[in-house]
Amino acid sequence: MSIQTRRLLGTSLLLTSLMFGASQALAEVVLHRGNSGEPQTLDQANTSIDIEAFILKDLYEGLTIYDAKGEIVPGAAESWTVSDDGTVYTFKIRENANWSDGSPVTAEDFVFSIQRVQNPETAAKYANILYPIKNAEKANTGEAKLEEIGVKAIDAKTLEVTLERATPFFLELLAHQTALPVSKASLEKNGKDFVKPGVMVSNGAYKLESHVPNDNLVVVKNEHHWDAANTQIDKVVFYPIDDQAASVRRFEAKEMDLVYNFSADQIDRLKESYGEQVHVSPSASTYYYVFDTRQEPYSDVRVRQALSMAVDRDFLAEEIYSGAQLPTYSLVPDGLGGYEAAKADFAEMSQLDREDKAIELMKEAGYGDGGKPLNIEIRYNTNPNHERVATAVADMWKNTFGASVTMTNLDVASHYAYLQEGGAFNVARAGWTSDYADAENFLALNVSTNTSFNYGKYNNPEFDALMAKSYTEADAEARKKIMHDAEVILMRDQPIAPLMSTANLWLVSDRVSGWQDNAANEHLSRYLRVAE
Amino acid sequence: MTSFVLRRLMSAVPTIFIVVTISFFLMRFAPGGPFNLERPLPPQTMANIMATYKLDQPLLNQYLSYIGNAATGDLGPSFIYKDNTVSELMGKALPYSIQLGGIAILVALIGGVLLGTVAALRQNSTIDFAVMSFATIGVTIPNFVVGPVLTLLFAVILNWLPAGSWGDGSLRYLILPVTALALPQLAVFARLTRGAMIEALHTDHIRTARAYGLPSRVVVVTHAMRGAMLPIVSYLAPCAAALLTGSAVVETIFTIPGVGRYFVLGALNRDYPLVMGTVILVAVFVIVFNLLVDIAYGLLDPRVRND
Repeated sequence: MSIQTRRLLGTSLLLTSLMFGASQALAEVVLHRGNSGEPQTLDQANTSIDIEAFILKDLYEGLTIYDAKGEIVPGAAESWTVSDDGTVYTFKIRENANWSDGSPVTAEDFVFSIQRVQNPETAAKYANILYPIKNAEKANTGEAKLEEIGVKAIDAKTLEVTLERATPFFLELLAHQTALPVSKASLEKNGKDFVKPGVMVSNGAYKLESHVPNDNLVVVKNEHHWDAANTQIDKVVFYPIDDQAASVRRFEAKEMDLVYNFSADQIDRLKESYGEQVHVSPSASTYYYVFDTRQEPYSDVRVRQALSMAVDRDFLAEEIYSGAQLPTYSLVPDGLGGYEAAKADFAEMSQLDREDKAIELMKEAGYGDGGKPLNIEIRYNTNPNHERVATAVADMWKNTFGASVTMTNLDVASHYAYLQEGGAFNVARAGWTSDYADAENFLALNVSTNTSFNYGKYNNPEFDALMAKSYTEADAEARKKIMHDAEVILMRDQPIAPLMSTANLWLVSDRVSGWQDNAANEHLSRYLRVAE
Repeated sequence: MTSFVLRRLMSAVPTIFIVVTISFFLMRFAPGGPFNLERPLPPQTMANIMATYKLDQPLLNQYLSYIGNAATGDLGPSFIYKDNTVSELMGKALPYSIQLGGIAILVALIGGVLLGTVAALRQNSTIDFAVMSFATIGVTIPNFVVGPVLTLLFAVILNWLPAGSWGDGSLRYLILPVTALALPQLAVFARLTRGAMIEALHTDHIRTARAYGLPSRVVVVTHAMRGAMLPIVSYLAPCAAALLTGSAVVETIFTIPGVGRYFVLGALNRDYPLVMGTVILVAVFVIVFNLLVDIAYGLLDPRVRND
């Protein structure tokens, strides 16, 4: 269709809708949502990035979903029960959970979707998110049949999922975009085209209306969604703008209500002009330094504490990252999935007090000025910012303890390969971004049995025992408390020094209400409201 | 003339073939692949993906099957935009680039020729200096500066025009991107026209025409202009091919859904089929416009026609 005919068609459509819509007294509520990049796919099995998740989670609804605070709540499933050993989940799908064509969402749809993700032919990037399900990994590697995967439709609205072993964060995994359902009927009828506008059938608060790659993607309210009555925004226009400066200009021209990601060097200027509309909050991603606890003097907890305390995190975040990173004192980002992070005890002290305390600790341990010489090598993966951070930290350690610090860098693949294969080091940079909003995803990095990611070979049976206990605790709140206690130990021992967490950067127009910053960075449009 | 056109079209086929072959292998020599990410994929997942896109086969087989498919018009699936084939992506994006580029060329051509002619006729006057200064500025300031400045002024501060997007394709949305795209070209056309016109106005046949007492307007428009058009027409071909196949810079600044950005995105993401698609597209445009220019030469200059 040529642009000419398309425009004619557009005009006539507009006229018709004007004629028929004239009786509707209320104007349509539209949210203009900047989405910082073109989605590579709208197929839940192929998706891998956050900007796709924002769209997909408006279109589809998993068994569990995130609420506005970024915490897990029932989605397409209204309730569930878990067997005593934590391995069998029985989900009750809402009676009024429907697809956008009006047909009911069934347990069979979920069975089909999960099998589809694990089918090797689908080549799903995040198939491993659902590996805790019995035989899922085997099916994905071709060692088991798809029918052997532990998902079963008991009846139209009851789904039974059997796991390989108890997985307390399984409900978080189900809220990942890879676990969003597809309509079995639609996929069987339309094949690969099921993702296209006019074809797609979805079960979320919105349905796909149109998509012009690199210009906009429009979703409109799905009247068949069980909570449609509480969804205020009728239409969401996603703008896939990857040029951050262009997004900001369009926000400033009041063409967009939300902007996701902008250049951090703009934070100060934007805050001056737009104040509260600029949102900078910690994300589920932590930048940290690991100490090799097998080596002298890093085997001494006082040395680790002292080195960690002497790092001025505010300086790193402000001066090197201009605010795109936030200083942090815990490994787990605070508030992740409702978890209260355990901060290192020196978090509340001023940097000057920390330095005094650090010098004292180092003296006790017998290193630094007046003691044994302190020679430290910092390893990091080649990157200008990591180099600046290492240089600044080296300077802080030099000034505080008279340490002599050298730096070594390798490309990212070699750096991590070296650490994961158990290579010896002094201090090494590492980073972790969570796959699902659960503290376990961070804390498990430091369990002594974690051979690949426990780079410093930290080994504290007390910590290990608490983590082991967390896997068997069925009560969510009690489990969070156990993990918090584990992190208290971790932060006391400082086998790692958490330095910064990456910031989620959003511009939220004051026309929009209902917005809540959260570390999981989950923001369904149905929770938002736009001033009319 | 017909045999000339036919011969040129025949030679286009091996040209495109060579371009495709060179780009296919050059791209594979670039380090990294389409699915090498910061955080490596589990080996099994990687194997599934490689098999799906037939990247696990020997390079020569991949090449042969690509050539075979391309010959039948199948440019393959995009590795990044997985829901679309390359042909679908191009089909959706090309109309926007052609419209935007087409208008920009018209603006640049008409504006440039007019300004250049005026400057040539008033050589060394204030108008001439004004036009030439404007042309120099137009050529030297890149459109990644002009674009944001225009948006800041007209969209953010004055709020007269939209800051970006294709919108409904109406004039409001087109003014700023067309200006940013046309300005440097308009400046080039103005300079070319001025130079060619000054030269043409000093030729013997113009002096003869003037001696016959023809009115100045007729001398300029029918006699001088025709000769002066030759350098402009030769510049028009690469310019049109470049503008019609989309400008990555202008399309990115004004968030226009054209093909321009696919060049950059395709190359950066190692989306092999997408890069090949854009290469073929540009090759076809360049060949077609060069042919058109050669035909136009024949029409403008009898000496070319006789060859």
